Amino acid sequence: MLDNELRTMIDEVKDGRMDRRGFVQRMLAFGLTAPMATQILAIGGVALAEGPSVYKPTKRGGGGALKLLWWQGPTLLNPHFATGTKDQDGSRLFYEPLACWDPDGNMKLVLAAEIPSLQNGGLAADGMSVTWKLKPGVKWHDGKPFTADDVVFNWEYARDPATATVTIGVHRDITVEKVDDLTVRILFKKPTPFWADAFVGAPQSIIPKHLFAEYKGAKSREAPNNLSPVGTGPYKFVEFKPGDVIRGELNPDYHMPNRPHFDTIEMKGGGDAISAARAVIQTGEYDFGWNIQVEDDVLLRLEKGGKGKTVYAVGGDTEFIALNFTDPNTEVDGERSSIKTKHPLFSDPAVRKALSMLVDREAVKKVIYGRAGRVTPNFLNGPEKFVSKNTTWEFSIEKASKLLDDAGWKVGTDGIREKDGKKLKLLYQTAINGPRQKTQAIVKQACQKAGIDVELKSVVASVFFSSDVANPDTYAKFYADLEMFQIPMSQPDPAQHMRRYHSRNVATKENKWQGVNFPRWVNKDYDATIDAAEAETDLVKRAALYIKANDIMMQDTVFIPVMHRLKVEACSNALRPVVSGWANETDNLFDWYREATG
Amino acid sequence: MSQYVLRRLLIAVPSLFGISLVLFIVLALAPGDPFSELATNPNVPPEVAAALRTKFGLDDPIHLRYLHWITAMLQGDWGFSFVSRMNVDTLILQRLPTTLYVIGSAQLLALAIAIPVGVYAATRPYSIFDQIANTLAFIGFSLPTFFTGLLFILLFSITLDWLPFVYTSDIKATGFRWVIEQVRQAIMPVMVLGLFQAASMTRFVRSAMLDVIRLDYVTTARAKGLGQARVIVKHAMRNAMIPVVTLVALQMPAVFGGAIVTEQIFRIPGIGSLLISSILSNDTPVVMAVTFVFACLVVLFNLIADVLYGWLDPRISLR
Repeated sequence: MLDNELRTMIDEVKDGRMDRRGFVQRMLAFGLTAPMATQILAIGGVALAEGPSVYKPTKRGGGGALKLLWWQGPTLLNPHFATGTKDQDGSRLFYEPLACWDPDGNMKLVLAAEIPSLQNGGLAADGMSVTWKLKPGVKWHDGKPFTADDVVFNWEYARDPATATVTIGVHRDITVEKVDDLTVRILFKKPTPFWADAFVGAPQSIIPKHLFAEYKGAKSREAPNNLSPVGTGPYKFVEFKPGDVIRGELNPDYHMPNRPHFDTIEMKGGGDAISAARAVIQTGEYDFGWNIQVEDDVLLRLEKGGKGKTVYAVGGDTEFIALNFTDPNTEVDGERSSIKTKHPLFSDPAVRKALSMLVDREAVKKVIYGRAGRVTPNFLNGPEKFVSKNTTWEFSIEKASKLLDDAGWKVGTDGIREKDGKKLKLLYQTAINGPRQKTQAIVKQACQKAGIDVELKSVVASVFFSSDVANPDTYAKFYADLEMFQIPMSQPDPAQHMRRYHSRNVATKENKWQGVNFPRWVNKDYDATIDAAEAETDLVKRAALYIKANDIMMQDTVFIPVMHRLKVEACSNALRPVVSGWANETDNLFDWYREATG
Repeated sequence: MSQYVLRRLLIAVPSLFGISLVLFIVLALAPGDPFSELATNPNVPPEVAAALRTKFGLDDPIHLRYLHWITAMLQGDWGFSFVSRMNVDTLILQRLPTTLYVIGSAQLLALAIAIPVGVYAATRPYSIFDQIANTLAFIGFSLPTFFTGLLFILLFSITLDWLPFVYTSDIKATGFRWVIEQVRQAIMPVMVLGLFQAASMTRFVRSAMLDVIRLDYVTTARAKGLGQARVIVKHAMRNAMIPVVTLVALQMPAVFGGAIVTEQIFRIPGIGSLLISSILSNDTPVVMAVTFVFACLVVLFNLIADVLYGWLDPRISLR
C-alpha cells in the first residue's frame, strides 16, 4: 500500500473522521490481519490500546493446582541475576514488571496504570523521556505498599557495576526519577523510539526496595531474599530448590480482579524436552511443558489420543546460516578470521548467492520443523510491521550451478568447482542439536550436487555459545566458513537485534571476541541505515528503515535464513494458556485458566 | 584392630588431597565458561561478564585458585554456585536425602536379591535354578539403565498408567498417603538400578560361594554332622563374603555414577542430576564439590571394606 494513503487514513483516525474499527476493516480489505492493522495505527501515533483479555473466570481461585514442567529448571529467583530465560520465568512467578507483551505484540499493563502515549503526556514529543503512572494500592507479598521508590531503587541496583546484574545494559544509559509516589520518569540520553525497555517484560521485573536496599553493590549475593522472593505477583512464594522445584500459592491480595485462577503453582525442572512433552501430552501428569524442541512427527505421534496438545507462539526468532566475510584459514598477527583479511571464496558475490539458492528451506520445514517453523526470505521476521515484503528466495540447484558457471567456477576432475586455483570447499559448523545436524545434512547434499564440497562440524552447545576466549570453537571466533544457529529476539522491537551487525561491533581479538558482529560484515550503507533508524522518532519511517536494513543484509547474503522459528509448548487440553512470542512463557500467567470441562 | 583402622585413615588423607588437585586441574583446563549464557544475551554488555569473572576470581592463575579453594574447604566453606548464587553445601544437602533414599533402596534391593539367589545357585551348580538365575543375570547386566528406564516408563507409566515417571521431591500428602506416594514414585528408579546391580552381584556371590564350598574345612564341617543350612550360613558364607564386600564397597561410587543417568531419566532431584546440570552450565564450584564428594565416598567405602575384612577374617588386620 502507498505510504501516503496510509498516512491519510491514520490522520483520519486521529482526527476522529474514521473510527478504529473502520480503519481495521479497511486494512483487512488490503489483506492485512487485524493485529497488524492496530500495529500500524499505533506506529502512526494513535495511542496504543491494551490488547483484549481472554480471561474468563469470574472469581479468584478455585482452579486447583497448576503444574508446570520446565526441562531446564530455574536455578535462581532474582530477575537481575537471571542467566537465561528459565531463571526469568521462575522469578516472574512472583515478581512483576510495569508491563509485558501479549501474543500480538501489544502492550499489557501489569504494575503500570496506563500506557504512556503522546496524548496522555506519558511520552515526550522529542522522544527524550517517558513517564509511567503506577497502579495505586498494589502491595508486596509482605503487606508493604509498592511505590515509585521501588522502581527507582531497581534502576540504582541494576546499574551499579558492583551488583553485577545482567540487567545493567538496559539501565546504564538512562536516568530514572521519582515524580511522586505513584509516578516515575525515565530520561534518555538521545531520542529513543523504543521506550518500553526498562521495567517492561519478565527480565525487567521489579524487586522490593525494603528487602534489597542493604544488598546493593558488592553484597548483592548475600541477600536472603535472592532465594525467597517477596513480589507483587499473582502467586506467593512457598518453596524453592534450585534446578528442581518452585512452589507458590494464590496471593489473596492480588491487584487484578478475579485473578489468579489457580490455588497453587508448581514449576518442576530437569529432564529433557521429549519426556517433558510426554508427561504433558501423553500421560497428563503435568499441565504445561516449556520449550518443546522436539521434531514435529514425534509430537504428532504423542498427540494421537493423548491428554494434551502443542501450542505455538509467533515471535521473531530466525534460524540462520551466517557467512564469514573474513578468511578463517589465514593468520594475521596471531588472529584467524581477522578483519584485515577477505574471505577468498565469499568475496565473489556469486558464490554467496549460489549458496543461498542451495538451502532448501521447504524441505527443512517439511522434514524437521513442521508446525514449529515458517519458511522465510528475511533475517528480520517480526513484528509484522518490520518484516520486508521486497525479498524472495528460491531453491534451485540448476540456477545455482549456472550462477557459478557464469562467474567462472568450473567443475574440476574431482567434481568440485574451482577458479584461479581456489577450490569451493567450505567448513560448515553449528551447535550439537538434532534439528541442526539434520539441516546440515540437507544443505550439504544440495551443495554437493552443485559442485561445492562442504565439510560438516558440530560443537557442543556449552562450548559453541560460550565466551571462553581460550576456545577456538565458539561462534564468536567463527573459525569456519559457514555457521548456523539462532539468536533469540527478546523484544518486539528490532533495534537491539539489528544493532549487532553494525561494523563497530565486529568480533576481533582486540575486544576478546566479545563483539557481536560475528560474520565480520562491514557495510557503510547498513551502518548508516541502522544509525538513522535508532534516532528516528517517526515510527512509520523507522519501520521502513529497519526493512531497508534487512534488505541490505539479504542483498549482500550475510545470512541465509533457514527457518522462522515459533515457540512450541506442550499444554493439557483443559488449560487455556496465553503464550506470546514476544514474552516469557510466564509473563501472561495471570491470564491463564483451566476450562471447567476438560 | 584400632591400629589397623588408624593406618588406613592416614593413607586416606593424602589420597584425598591428590584427588582434589587432579579434579581441580582437569576442571580448570576444561573448555567452557560459567557465564556463557550471558554472551548470547544482547542485553548484557561484555563488561558485565568480564566483571563477574574477576569478581569470582576466574581470571586468577590456577595455583592461586586451588589454594583459595582448598583453604576454604578445610574451613568447611564449600564455595558458592555461580549459577544459583547460593552456597554449595546447601545445594548438596538439599539433594542428598533423595539420592540416599533412592540409591540406598536400590542397593538394598540388589543385596536382597543377589545374596540368597547367588548362594542358593552355588549350592546347586548347573541345576535348573542355577541356569535360570545365570541367564537372567546376564540379561540384567547387559541392558544399560537408560534403556531399561525408558522401557519401564513406556510400560508402567504410558501403557499401563500405574506409576508416575516424574519424581517429586516433596509430596504434599501427609501420613500414610505420603508413604504410599513416596514408595510409588521410587518403584521404577529403584527397580531399574537395583536389578542392574543385583544381576552382576548374583554372579559374583555365586562364584565366591562355589570357591569356598569346595574347600576342605567345609567338607570337615559336613563330616562332623552339621546340617546343610548351618554349614552354608555359618561356615561357607562368612568366608565367601570377603570378595563380595569388596565388590559392594567399590560399587557404591559406581552406583552414584549409574544414578546420574537414572536420575536424569526420572527427573530425580539427586546429586547425579545436580552434577549433570552443573557440568552443562560450567558451574565449576558445584562440579568440584560433587566430584569431591564422590571421591570421598570411594575412599570411605574402601576404608569400610578394609575394616569389614578385618572383622570377617581377623588374620587380615594382623598382617
